[in-house]
Amino acid sequence: MTKQIHLAAHFPGVNNTTVWSDPASGSQIDFDSFRHLAQTAERGKFDFFFLAEGLRLREAKGRIHDLDVVGRPESLTVLSALAAVTTHLGLAATVNSTFNEPYEVARRLATLDHLSGGRAAWNVVTSFDAFTGENFRRGGFLAEADRYTRAKEFLRTARELWDSWAPDAVAADRESGRFLRPGGVVPFRHRDRHFDIEGLFTTPRGPQGHPVIIQAGDSDEGREFAASSADVIFSRHSKLEEGRAFYRDVKGRLAAHGRRPEDLKILPAVTYVLGDTEAEARERAVEIRRAQVGPQTAIYFLEAVWGRDLSGYDPDGPLPDIEPNLDEGVTKGHAAFRRDRGEVVAKWRALAEEKNLSIRELAIEVSAPQTFIGTPRAVADEIDHFVQTDAADGFIFVPHLTPGGLDDLVDKVVPLLQEKGVFRADYTGPTLRDHLGLSPRTPNRTETPHPTETPNRTEEI
Amino acid sequence: MTLHLAVALDGAGWHPAAWRAEDAQPDRLFTPGYWADLVAEAERGLLDFVTFEDALGLQSSLLNEPDERLDQVRGRLDAVLIASRVAPLTSRIGLVPTTSTTHTEPFHVAIGIASLDHISRGRAGWRPQISARPDQVAHFGRRAPFPPQDYSPDRDPAFRRHVRDLFAEAADVVEVVRRLWDSWEDDAEIRDVATGRFIDRDKLHYIDFQGDRFSVKGPSITPRSPQGQPLVTSLAHDTVPYEFTAQGSDVVYVTPRDREDATAIVERVRAAEAAVGRTEPPLRILADLVVFLDARDAAGRKTRLDDLDGAELESDARIFTGTPGELAALLLGWRDAGLAGFRLRPGALPHDLAAITRGLVPELQAAGAFRTAYDTGDLRGRLGLARPASRYAKAS
Repeated sequence: MTKQIHLAAHFPGVNNTTVWSDPASGSQIDFDSFRHLAQTAERGKFDFFFLAEGLRLREAKGRIHDLDVVGRPESLTVLSALAAVTTHLGLAATVNSTFNEPYEVARRLATLDHLSGGRAAWNVVTSFDAFTGENFRRGGFLAEADRYTRAKEFLRTARELWDSWAPDAVAADRESGRFLRPGGVVPFRHRDRHFDIEGLFTTPRGPQGHPVIIQAGDSDEGREFAASSADVIFSRHSKLEEGRAFYRDVKGRLAAHGRRPEDLKILPAVTYVLGDTEAEARERAVEIRRAQVGPQTAIYFLEAVWGRDLSGYDPDGPLPDIEPNLDEGVTKGHAAFRRDRGEVVAKWRALAEEKNLSIRELAIEVSAPQTFIGTPRAVADEIDHFVQTDAADGFIFVPHLTPGGLDDLVDKVVPLLQEKGVFRADYTGPTLRDHLGLSPRTPNRTETPHPTETPNRTEEI
Repeated sequence: MTLHLAVALDGAGWHPAAWRAEDAQPDRLFTPGYWADLVAEAERGLLDFVTFEDALGLQSSLLNEPDERLDQVRGRLDAVLIASRVAPLTSRIGLVPTTSTTHTEPFHVAIGIASLDHISRGRAGWRPQISARPDQVAHFGRRAPFPPQDYSPDRDPAFRRHVRDLFAEAADVVEVVRRLWDSWEDDAEIRDVATGRFIDRDKLHYIDFQGDRFSVKGPSITPRSPQGQPLVTSLAHDTVPYEFTAQGSDVVYVTPRDREDATAIVERVRAAEAAVGRTEPPLRILADLVVFLDARDAAGRKTRLDDLDGAELESDARIFTGTPGELAALLLGWRDAGLAGFRLRPGALPHDLAAITRGLVPELQAAGAFRTAYDTGDLRGRLGLARPASRYAKAS
């Protein structure tokens, strides 16, 4: 049977893949930019619109990094406003589980689900980063090993809170004088390693029951977390063979958690460049890469790995001959290349030598390569091929331009996918769970562990 | 001088039985359309702004703990997100959500309200509020248990100390939020192609806040918003909160019983401003009133709601029942006490909101005491407040 493709869009965000020097590049903060991108995604019948998160500005050599697009609004606040100017599009917020508390996050997501008529999604991310923690009361206390345990417990707790209101808890019956049905709202009590909380939740269950859960980690722990708990996994594997391997691995993990393969959608983050001819598309792709990786960005990119000041090196010259400083970094808040920096340097040197690449050429070669390049027809065929051969269930497109970055994808590629019969001509239901073909979450109101069944908190210390 | 007029939105209205009124819409309380309709009505009435109540715990008829009543509205949506949801559907009215200074991270509040200001193009405000309820502490599990609330005249000294601490912490939160709003100068985004720089990092600032309870490094992730500093408003009833609001707010809501009391409260607010050495423009003082408005028998309508609830309505604010004309006379009479205007709490929604916009507003307009069209300014401008420069910008 022909698989149906899922498409989603990512706001061109805070990073060096967003091209801000293009004359068509607009504001990264004006609501109109968000409105344009979201309405374009909805015009293309996309499943959802996705916002990333960053809670501290990156630093290079002790100063705020000034080369990337920075400056963004708070995700849920913008998505709630977008709910007013869209009707079907799913609205996905990245919300950190390290620098937030379940009670507050659960009520904000349930609120978004109400205010959007069942279109809320939560990309659960974690942070180990004391650097980011300096912006929060609770600070950066969390050891890296605790990231996923806190995230898992955070999500479990949020689900207990959502389930503490029965779907029909609100009776609002004037005749009987009952606003709430008896037993409609039950107290929650959660005690485990990271949370010891109890009480009553404030917010009725949203139209989807639980918002759609998205997860993005690629480690073994991340894959397990997704297999046990997520509805969508946002993968980085945009190459066909890697994608198939990842797909097999993750789908294979679901049964152990009592889930079916279709319960988790695998959507790699991808980019695209279109042209009227193959050659034109390739030429545009090169231009975009050069705009994304300017000379200064290339040096910064290497500094993040070398852990040294490389400002004296010529971006158009050969790779630095000095060895990396593995003990320290000169960049902060840069998630890439935290581990194995020595190996990365060796690999890059070999690659630069083999292909005779300058610093900037290497940076272009190894950072965020474009995924789909070609004519609309070729790109539509390739997208379809990926999905039909189980390298993905669909894609999250990361355009490089604000606010027009999705325009030609929606105008030129989506109609071809619709013609092929592999992508919806229209939405078939109002909620994001409908778009993704996920069943509604039915409440599991016995999930809250009884106090006698919970682990002893002190054993963990 | 014309009056400022705001409306405080909460659930089905401020009467606990309001949801049972004939024209109430209790099955729409958790839908976006309910809030959009209310705010559109307030905007049609040319009101200055609406506030959205919130709390990190379920409503209760008891002071210190949740109750088990099923006959009153229970459940809330997040106020910042409601405000944001209605922002694109409106164009003039100010939007002022409540957040907790006790449990919510100041960084999250700062970027949420700044985002609301971007989305609404300069119509965002904020109402910071302490959370003293013991049961709410257990929802977060991060703090020692709170003592029971005690607002009696001879209140427990431990509770008095506790409240003083919560307000001191709230003052730190407001300071952090305001510094974060200033942490990007207006022209920090430069997009300089020659040097590859998107921002001028000399125009982004660490706030380096170090308080007794927490520290925050900064800068914000959200660029400075249209108003620079969204409007900060708070409710106050006593010396400690008067001083809190004098430290960091632009607008204070007070709760006089009558005109004389209003005069006395205005004096106390001004004294609090002097006591904390306020350098900002003087607080705009708005008096809160709970209102039931009808051409005939508003008192009867309130009594019927009291009967349904099984108790007479109690409030920290004066409860007014009468005609829109009578309310207009009262507001005009109180105005000379030094009030900039009023925040009205509709007893029942949408009934008493429509009575404000369609009954009270025309009465005030006829008296020359209320605008007949919106000006073009942002929310601060409407309250007569200039757009401040970032505190970190070097004087040029």
